[in-house]
Amino acid sequence: MKYSNTRATLAIAKASFCSILRSPSAVVFSLAFPLIFILVFANIGGGGMSVDVGVAKGCDTLNPVYKALAQNKIVHLIKDQTADEMSKNLAKGSIDAIIDMKPLVPMTPIKMEVKYSAASGDKGSVLKSMLNNIFYRIQSEQLTRIQGYSGIKVPNAIDLKETIVSGREYKYIDFILPGQLGFSLLSSGVFGTAFVFIGLRLTLVIKRFFATPVKKYSIVLGEALARIVFSLLGALFIIMVGHFAFGFTLIHGIITVLNMLVLCAIGLIIFMGFGFTISGIAKNESTVPPLSNIITLPQFLLSGTFFSVTAFPKWLQYVSNALPLTHLNNAMRKVAFEGAGLGDVTHQLFILLIWGIGVYAVAVKTFKWE
Amino acid sequence: MANQPIITVKNLVKNYDDFQAVKGISFEVYEGEIFGLLGPNGAGKTTTLEVIETLREKTSGEITVDGFNIETDADSIKKRIGVQLQAAGYYPNLNLSELIVLFSGLYGINKTPMEMLEKVALTDKAKSKYKELSGGQKQRFSIATTLINNPRIIFLDEPTTGLDPQARRNLWDLIREIRDAGTTVVITTHYMDEAEVLCDRVAFVDGGHIIGIDTPDHFIDQLVATGFERKKEVKSANLEDVFINLTGKEWREG
Repeated sequence: MKYSNTRATLAIAKASFCSILRSPSAVVFSLAFPLIFILVFANIGGGGMSVDVGVAKGCDTLNPVYKALAQNKIVHLIKDQTADEMSKNLAKGSIDAIIDMKPLVPMTPIKMEVKYSAASGDKGSVLKSMLNNIFYRIQSEQLTRIQGYSGIKVPNAIDLKETIVSGREYKYIDFILPGQLGFSLLSSGVFGTAFVFIGLRLTLVIKRFFATPVKKYSIVLGEALARIVFSLLGALFIIMVGHFAFGFTLIHGIITVLNMLVLCAIGLIIFMGFGFTISGIAKNESTVPPLSNIITLPQFLLSGTFFSVTAFPKWLQYVSNALPLTHLNNAMRKVAFEGAGLGDVTHQLFILLIWGIGVYAVAVKTFKWE
Repeated sequence: MANQPIITVKNLVKNYDDFQAVKGISFEVYEGEIFGLLGPNGAGKTTTLEVIETLREKTSGEITVDGFNIETDADSIKKRIGVQLQAAGYYPNLNLSELIVLFSGLYGINKTPMEMLEKVALTDKAKSKYKELSGGQKQRFSIATTLINNPRIIFLDEPTTGLDPQARRNLWDLIREIRDAGTTVVITTHYMDEAEVLCDRVAFVDGGHIIGIDTPDHFIDQLVATGFERKKEVKSANLEDVFINLTGKEWREG
């Protein structure tokens, strides 16, 4: 019977896949962590700004200002704290403002007192502009009433036209899910690959393999194949949970999913290059986590996993834009939300390709078989 | 039996970066024998084995295994030999059946796990992980993986180190069965009593040289002929016989 390298490769792939499935850390890192992050961040919700406003004891709640505030979705009115607690919280910034209004006396202005906090950032200004809006509306109503008696027309200073362009709602899940997917691939590619290869090397499993007719490329290919299949199944699962449980947008349905999976595979192959390198550099298994963290943590924080890269200062954006995960995330978001095909993300793919060449050039130099 | 050499080693030298582990070793292993490489730690036994097993490059010398040259036909040799490494582990998280399937794939041979496990009496451990086995079971499993490709020769590197007397004797029986089925066995050991009862021929290796090669009987007779005598009079049993007698011959699990 002729010796088959394909058969040997598949035998390793199958063994490796079984082994990954039975290793708790692989499953936790690739599936549980991303899902937990998605669950947490999807529930914090998109555009979730809220202004916490303390309502002083005895504040009048029947006047139009209070009613307008109570109806506002951003303003969260707090009534169950004592005056003492409230002023302490205001000083800490956990309450953004305290309002107090005297009972309405007809034909006199509403007497209102607002205390802001220097500790709560921009939220005071948000409340201020909302209050101005309310005041303006009440003032305008009064003005219209007075005009009704006098007949003098006051010209409008501004003729405002507002329109809302109809579009897809960009939910936070549309941002967070591709980022989590990218990070899941990064940790599986780096940690998983590094641990497996250093383990196989130190326990002489690879040496024992070399006493069989198996080729070196079969070992690498078999391991890679198993990891890709496992990670793509994981990615598919995350996308499905995101889509059906959190309304993750998939513009062209199954085509979008397939495009995303192709991106996942490309990303994973590059990240595995880091894993190969680390398995070569690390002396033993306990040096794998610190080395892996050096690769994964900066990308976790800087590659737009949780918040957009555009939120960073300019100089930091240059760093972010040099990292492979940033481009994988960007490509993934374009594909998922904007419905781009792989041909539309060639810029991102090109940068990933450059990273791939660089990483594997280093991996080939550092990788050790025994 | 005409002594047909199946392994020929001529002037094998192996240098590592800073020292010479093997300094010109020559010997032959005959087809169908149990051949022992004996010697203290660091003598060069394992290095010699690993060069023959195609796992290490030699520095110089000539080696043929079952008619194939180690330099030009390493792949043909790998298909004809079975190798048990000292202290080698197995693929993590897999049970014995799955490991046999993996090795069948690596060798490109169709063997059922049960067929292989039966040869080493481990069928009841088919679903166990390698690391859950006792020392003796581990060694027997290792030997099972060396037999998957119906090898002409198997290499066993200190297979009985750390085993209790029962497990050791049990392994001897297994190794003899393998030899009787026509497979040549090359073995290293630190136990001279083991080499004496198990090996058809032995070579003593020290400091990277072979300092003697013969049957155990001949070696002993030669020494006795020089007038050597043991200090203590030899009794017709030793302490291990007492141990086996008291604790029984059965194989112990655990």
